[in-house]
Amino acid sequence: MIEIENITKIYRMGDVEVRALNGVSLRVDAGDWVAIMGPSGSGKSTLMNVIGCLDQPTAGSYRLDNVEVARMNDAQLAAVRNQKIGFVFQTFNLLPRTTALANVELPLVYAGRRDRRERAIAALQRVGLGDRLHHRPNELSGGQQQRVAIARALINDPAIILADEPTGNLDSKAGAEIMDIFRQLHAQGLTIVMVTHDPDVGRQCKRIVHIRDGQITADEKTEGRA
Amino acid sequence: MNLVESIRIAIRSLAANKLRSALTMLGIIIGVAAVIALMGVGRGASAAIDQQINSMGTNLLFVSPGSLNQSGVRTAQGTAQTLTYEDALALDDPERLPAVAAVAPQVEAMGQVVYMGNNVNTRILGVTAAYSPVRNYTVQDGEFITDAHVQAKSSVVVLGANVAGTLFPDASPVGQTVRINNITFRVIGVLTAKGGSGMGNQDDQVIVPITTAMARLSRSRMGAGNVISQISVQVVDAQQMDAAVEQISAVLRERHNVRYEDDFTIRSQQDMLESATAITDVLTLFLGGVAGISLLVGGIGIMNIMLVSVTERTREIGIRKAIGATRRNVLAQFLTEATILSVLGGLIGVVAGAGIARLISGLSVGTMTLQPVIAPDSIVLATAFSLAVGLFFGIYPAFRAASLNPIEALRYE
Repeated sequence: MIEIENITKIYRMGDVEVRALNGVSLRVDAGDWVAIMGPSGSGKSTLMNVIGCLDQPTAGSYRLDNVEVARMNDAQLAAVRNQKIGFVFQTFNLLPRTTALANVELPLVYAGRRDRRERAIAALQRVGLGDRLHHRPNELSGGQQQRVAIARALINDPAIILADEPTGNLDSKAGAEIMDIFRQLHAQGLTIVMVTHDPDVGRQCKRIVHIRDGQITADEKTEGRA
Repeated sequence: MNLVESIRIAIRSLAANKLRSALTMLGIIIGVAAVIALMGVGRGASAAIDQQINSMGTNLLFVSPGSLNQSGVRTAQGTAQTLTYEDALALDDPERLPAVAAVAPQVEAMGQVVYMGNNVNTRILGVTAAYSPVRNYTVQDGEFITDAHVQAKSSVVVLGANVAGTLFPDASPVGQTVRINNITFRVIGVLTAKGGSGMGNQDDQVIVPITTAMARLSRSRMGAGNVISQISVQVVDAQQMDAAVEQISAVLRERHNVRYEDDFTIRSQQDMLESATAITDVLTLFLGGVAGISLLVGGIGIMNIMLVSVTERTREIGIRKAIGATRRNVLAQFLTEATILSVLGGLIGVVAGAGIARLISGLSVGTMTLQPVIAPDSIVLATAFSLAVGLFFGIYPAFRAASLNPIEALRYE
């Protein structure tokens, strides 16, 4: 479903050209759970942004469900981000001063759905926050905030979850809880692409893609954590 | 995402910053309140002047002397002393001037009116009996000047309501004697108060027979002592105005041996109304313009705050875009916020402006009494204008928000 062929991404920082991605090809099938690992500056976040349709590659082809992303306009890209992809960020990225419920409802607002409240409550219950509906982000722990973010990512029943260092800002206990949720999602058949530089997290995925200097250096299957 | 949704999101984020939202609205509130109140003052002034001119009587023409041309030097209009009492008598001729219903000549002077310890310096008007019906004067007490008084050059006086109040605070003045420029006059009546403001208060004057005034009071007793300052002519009906002007001009030209240029001027009530309205229209426009500028400044305030808000909420915009907001959604959100600020400010401003108008109603400025009139069209205008201000000054910040790159926005600290 994710087919990336030989893509390049070049940023301009003043006069300097930065090749964040340099001929990357990657294929992720439905139901796969991939970790993208690499040191900082390796281009893994850029690859993530391209997959998430937040960024367009400079050259190369990216097809999502057989549709060329480069040909989409702003509204189509927004619809893809809204319907097909759920984002989970390292810093949670919840709207401040907004309740957990309203945060989770937000993608439904842009989807134009009416049955928002019930669905948002159900999603929060699924991540174990049924008793925190009206709490604001600053009243929740890091682990709870990340669970709100996961509920928000799942609300439109996307096929793909993109997670950028989802456990990076959490202590190991909360991190383990979040990884448990991802394991359940994987069991339910969702495709998960996760950026991390934590080998422990990588080991729990089904496949690890190593990236360095904008190029894929290794692509290995793991057993997953037994 | 529909409009209701945009409004809900906008209200939520405005409510998150209540003080800032209120201060931003204040600019628009002040602007709209100023427009409403000041335009109300202007409208009120022109309504008052209309009312005053109409209270002079109906279908009136005013004949005044022209300017004096002495050795090539022209003096101001009305300074010439070419109009005489005999001219006025000649105009009162239904055979030659069928369009003229009544003629009321007058002379004017200033003088000191004294009763016991009280005195006022006021306008002294010499008139005939016709002045009462022609110029709409009635007495609330006693009687007006009669033809007999005019014939006999009687020393009788009718007091204006204010003069009577000042000289005789407690008792009725009728039957008492007052001294005007050291001549004794018997008070025969008191005029009904007309109110009015500016342009010589009609209650601040005393009225004597025209013959008495010409003979004994007028400062401008040149030669014959029959010079008068104005003739009010009542025309039979509104359709005959032009005919009356023709007939009066013909008679006066003949009497004055006019060859080239008339030595008199005829103005109608309509002329006075038009020139007065022209002044108040300019006043209203000017006040409205000044207030409009403050509305513009309020709009710039909105733009300023919206720009700050966009920068401050860069991360929020990034989040919204990542979870599916289109450029249009973001544009609509910020534009709605700006518009809600300005329209809400506008509505509060309308209420505040009406409140201010009510507060200053009855206040005196010089000889004017403020009577602001709040017209519905100025409310509609102010509200529409504040809506336009919100859209105009909101579009640029909203556009900036919409075109933010989501990745950079998400990374923004």
